[in-house]
Amino acid sequence: MVTEVKKWQWFYRLGSPRWFYEITGRWLPWLLCAASLLLASGLFWGLLVAPPDARQGNSFRIIYLHVPAAILALVGYYIMALAGAVGLIWRIKMSFMVMKSAAPIGAALTFIALFTGAVWGKPSWGTYWVWDARITSMLILLFLYLGVLALQRAFSSAEMAYRASAILALVGTINIPIIYKSVDWWHTLHQPATLKLTSASSIHIDMLQPLIVMICGFYVFYVVALCLFTRAEIIRREATSAWVRALVSNESSR
Amino acid sequence: MHAIRKQRLQWVIFTLVASSTAIGLVVYTLGQNINYFYTPSQIARGEAPLGVPVRAGGMVVRGSLVRDSESLDVAFDVSDGVAQLRVEYSGILPDLFGEGQAAIVAGVVDADAILQATEVLAKHDENYMPPEVADAMGEAYRQSIGSGGDY
Repeated sequence: MVTEVKKWQWFYRLGSPRWFYEITGRWLPWLLCAASLLLASGLFWGLLVAPPDARQGNSFRIIYLHVPAAILALVGYYIMALAGAVGLIWRIKMSFMVMKSAAPIGAALTFIALFTGAVWGKPSWGTYWVWDARITSMLILLFLYLGVLALQRAFSSAEMAYRASAILALVGTINIPIIYKSVDWWHTLHQPATLKLTSASSIHIDMLQPLIVMICGFYVFYVVALCLFTRAEIIRREATSAWVRALVSNESSR
Repeated sequence: MHAIRKQRLQWVIFTLVASSTAIGLVVYTLGQNINYFYTPSQIARGEAPLGVPVRAGGMVVRGSLVRDSESLDVAFDVSDGVAQLRVEYSGILPDLFGEGQAAIVAGVVDADAILQATEVLAKHDENYMPPEVADAMGEAYRQSIGSGGDY
């Protein structure tokens, strides 16, 4: 029994809000630097340096926002669901806080993907919106994120709100492979994936390089946003604890 | 792992598997209905309902596009490599519409098996390349995008 406790000790320390708050406080300036560097250079490279597309001209450049936002919207859902599952199993408050913080970020990224897609769709396809499998499943993803957000507010007990939204997050995970494979499984207006995991990507290298920089930038930005939202949630939840009070009095006496 | 946590883990896995199976079965059963358009082959085989609006998608056949000189009327064929479908439309075509490119048309298939379109959308493929590369690849590129995709 004693070894059992020791084996999982590191895991529980990870679940300490105070530890999380302090360690991310040290990391955040660096992460923020990396995110701004990557995003600024990626945008400059993609919007000004990369060549226009043979058929779409300059309108293809929306790919540098659309694709990274869509990738992180999908990956972010797995992060949210995983954090919810860990919270459900180990009843770690910290994990639930991460889950709760992932919801607004994911919703915003999903909205960016849908919005940029609509803006691109009008000149390219001839319509802002169609109800094809890819676009509709992406809209369902937005509603899942909004559902998690809404459930958080639907309970007076924080613990109940955490558990209920974790279950919703888990149930929604099936939507992620459906979104990803929708363009292959069904006839859709949306084109199949340009970036492929298993074979060569069907985008010219000069256009691909800034796209990869943007995707990396979005990943780091996601981590920054998740840390900031989670820190705010920690302060809200732990407002009565001694270390948060000490923190606040330090800040105000400065 | 503590027994109660193991039990919770089992519940989480059960929730995941059960909900995924249920939704997966629904999606699998809906199958064809989730398709946004019919291929010309499906329409030729009579799988698309007649007399009600349907959508059809395929490559616009090279040399098939005919524009009326007096009006906005256009006619063209779409093909999936197996069957062809004649489309008639009156209106402005989207920028990316072109021969050898994919398009999706919405309308009613009439008694002469011509689709009277009320809407024409251009379907972009997943290929991105600069103009000079497209020019250099020339006809080879056009051939490849003409046969690419699963229409």
